[in-house]
Amino acid sequence: MSAVLIVIMAVPLGATVVSWWAGPRLAGLVTVLAGTATFGLAIALVPSVARYKNGSGAVGALGNWLRVDPLSLVFLLATAFLYCLTAIFSVGYVAADRAATRVYRRRLFAGLNLFAWAMAMAPMVNDLGLLWVAIEVTTVVSALLVAIEGTDGAIEAAWKYILIASLGLGLSLLATVVIYHAGSFSLGHSYDLSYTKLLGKASVFPAATVRLGYLLAVVGYGTKVGLFPVHTWLPDAHSEAPTPVSALLSGSLLATSFYAILRYYQITERAAGAAFARDVLAGFGVLTLLLGALYLASQRDLKRLLAYSSIEHMGILAIGVSFASPLAIAGALLHVLAHAAAKGTSFFGAGSVARKLRTKDLDRIRGGIGLLPWTGPMLVAGMLGLSAMPPFGTFRSELSIVAGGFAGGAGANTAEEAIAAVMVVLATLAFFGLSWHIGQSMLSPVPDSSPAVVKGETSRLMVLAMAFGLLGLVVLGVHPPAALDHLLNGAAAELGVDR
Amino acid sequence: MPVPLLVTVPSPPTTFDGVTEALAVLVLLVVFAMMREALLRSQVRLYAFQSLAVAALAGVLGASQHAGELYVLAGLSVVLKVVLVPAVVLRLLSAAEVDLAGSHRFGVATMVLLGVVVSVIGFLTVSNIPINSSGVNSLPVPALSAAAATVLVSFVLVMFRADVVSQAVGFFSMENGVSVASLVVAARMPLILEVGFLFDLLVAGVAFGVLMRAHHRRSASLSTETLDQLRG
Repeated sequence: MSAVLIVIMAVPLGATVVSWWAGPRLAGLVTVLAGTATFGLAIALVPSVARYKNGSGAVGALGNWLRVDPLSLVFLLATAFLYCLTAIFSVGYVAADRAATRVYRRRLFAGLNLFAWAMAMAPMVNDLGLLWVAIEVTTVVSALLVAIEGTDGAIEAAWKYILIASLGLGLSLLATVVIYHAGSFSLGHSYDLSYTKLLGKASVFPAATVRLGYLLAVVGYGTKVGLFPVHTWLPDAHSEAPTPVSALLSGSLLATSFYAILRYYQITERAAGAAFARDVLAGFGVLTLLLGALYLASQRDLKRLLAYSSIEHMGILAIGVSFASPLAIAGALLHVLAHAAAKGTSFFGAGSVARKLRTKDLDRIRGGIGLLPWTGPMLVAGMLGLSAMPPFGTFRSELSIVAGGFAGGAGANTAEEAIAAVMVVLATLAFFGLSWHIGQSMLSPVPDSSPAVVKGETSRLMVLAMAFGLLGLVVLGVHPPAALDHLLNGAAAELGVDR
Repeated sequence: MPVPLLVTVPSPPTTFDGVTEALAVLVLLVVFAMMREALLRSQVRLYAFQSLAVAALAGVLGASQHAGELYVLAGLSVVLKVVLVPAVVLRLLSAAEVDLAGSHRFGVATMVLLGVVVSVIGFLTVSNIPINSSGVNSLPVPALSAAAATVLVSFVLVMFRADVVSQAVGFFSMENGVSVASLVVAARMPLILEVGFLFDLLVAGVAFGVLMRAHHRRSASLSTETLDQLRG
């Protein structure tokens, strides 16, 4: 199995090089092949990694420099799935864009592959320092991808993004240094920051130092997750980026940064107690969810609407992990996958609608479902998925989180029940906001005053990518494979609930 | 009857302590100099000077601990942070033909006062953290306080300067603060990680440069005043 990790590391990187040098047609083909291969390989890892128990059974490679345990595999799966869908979508997206120059296509495909590579590396490396390096690479590549269209809005968004995210990552570098220092008391002055080493000794790390490192990590990486109050770059970057980039940013990048926080969470709960680690996440989670839910309703831009929905879902993730019950934590990890599928589908749909009607303005988008016979209904379904309606995976995951919050585990308390209740109220508020906008823009009749827009789809590949996304979302909701269940439970156990 | 000695007399600071503390405080003072500097070019040069101080700190530490990898780190820091990154930004400036920094959101005095306040916060925060100083010739703890203050004052610089060059320089100077912190508490971190961090800084520097250039091409200025279209 260790060869699989090396291939996953090599494939997107190879695809980056080929798409930079090859013609646009070949670049698209290579990107699709690389995306599909990465997703297939990630799935191939599931059966063996799902058997992981109490620290043994992880798949390692290159002298354990790469290491995949259930927690990392969940995030790798989300990235690989979305990489595959985005590759298919972007071939159609670029082909349908008559203004796209050769240079633009080359840069977009190479950039997408490199971005996906960095996001896949982040959960695979077995080192707190290299994790930071991988996430910083995602920032640089994605900031350039946000700016790729060169419009005023794109450059403004990219500048805010790279500046705010880099400052945040500076704080997370400081967090890395602080945790290194905490480890030097028991691991000596020179050691590598591998998780196995850190987690083995974390219980004797000085608690105050680890607390400082954890707070720095939550705020620093939280900048890229989109946690309140360091989320301000997020709506701009998501709305101004080309659609394939928005989908990867929202469905995969935010979750990857959250993964980094979870690694610090593991250390903190051993060194400073689970209560502290949970309370911090619960606080940030509730405020983030509140912000997302309140801003959703007032959006006037289709892609900004989806961006605020991402903020809302990241709040839900943080709340899910902050609950003591294993059910809630497994639910939060399922939510990572379900959100990737739902947000990918919705962004693809939003991009198709925006291209068809030449506007992202929600006040001017009318009759979407009539104009785009496939994309329209699938976009509505995707947004219902984002509102956690059955039969979608998001329904299952949010239900698990709320049920876990109410049922409680070891150390459950009334505060958890209160947070679960608040989450239900805010998620319902978000549902109202989303469905109001879906109803207005998609389910309304086609206005007579727009004869210029011809009914019909722009590209079959764009439709296909959405269909795959929805399929994944339904599978996660109706009947997730047994191996995936094992994997999620294994990952939840790694977050300490069964110790 | 002899009276038991109640107070232990602290040992006088060594030359090593003095030199390293002075370098760490120099790094902090340079951020204050950046705050009042109105010429963009001079700001970039101040950054190069600050990086030189950080590299010197790594060199002094390497000499006292006889650690070869710290010399390598010092050398790489000089190449990247004293030469390459400033050169990239200076080249951009000569193409842009703009010399004056964008307007301050507040006056210089207000900014410096804010800087002093956040420095104090930085010093107080760090004084509560247990420091493992059992290593031979590790850096003195006040250097860590200076590093934390550098990070926070750089944040003030980024927030209250309204042009892309000052904001980028603010980010780089924050990174220098983190470097000092890592020299104090994690000096013997494996070199591969340090190289990774430096390489990332270079890549980020190039990306900052590309975006600054793109911004200048669209708006013919380096001011961030036009970057207020996206709201809500």
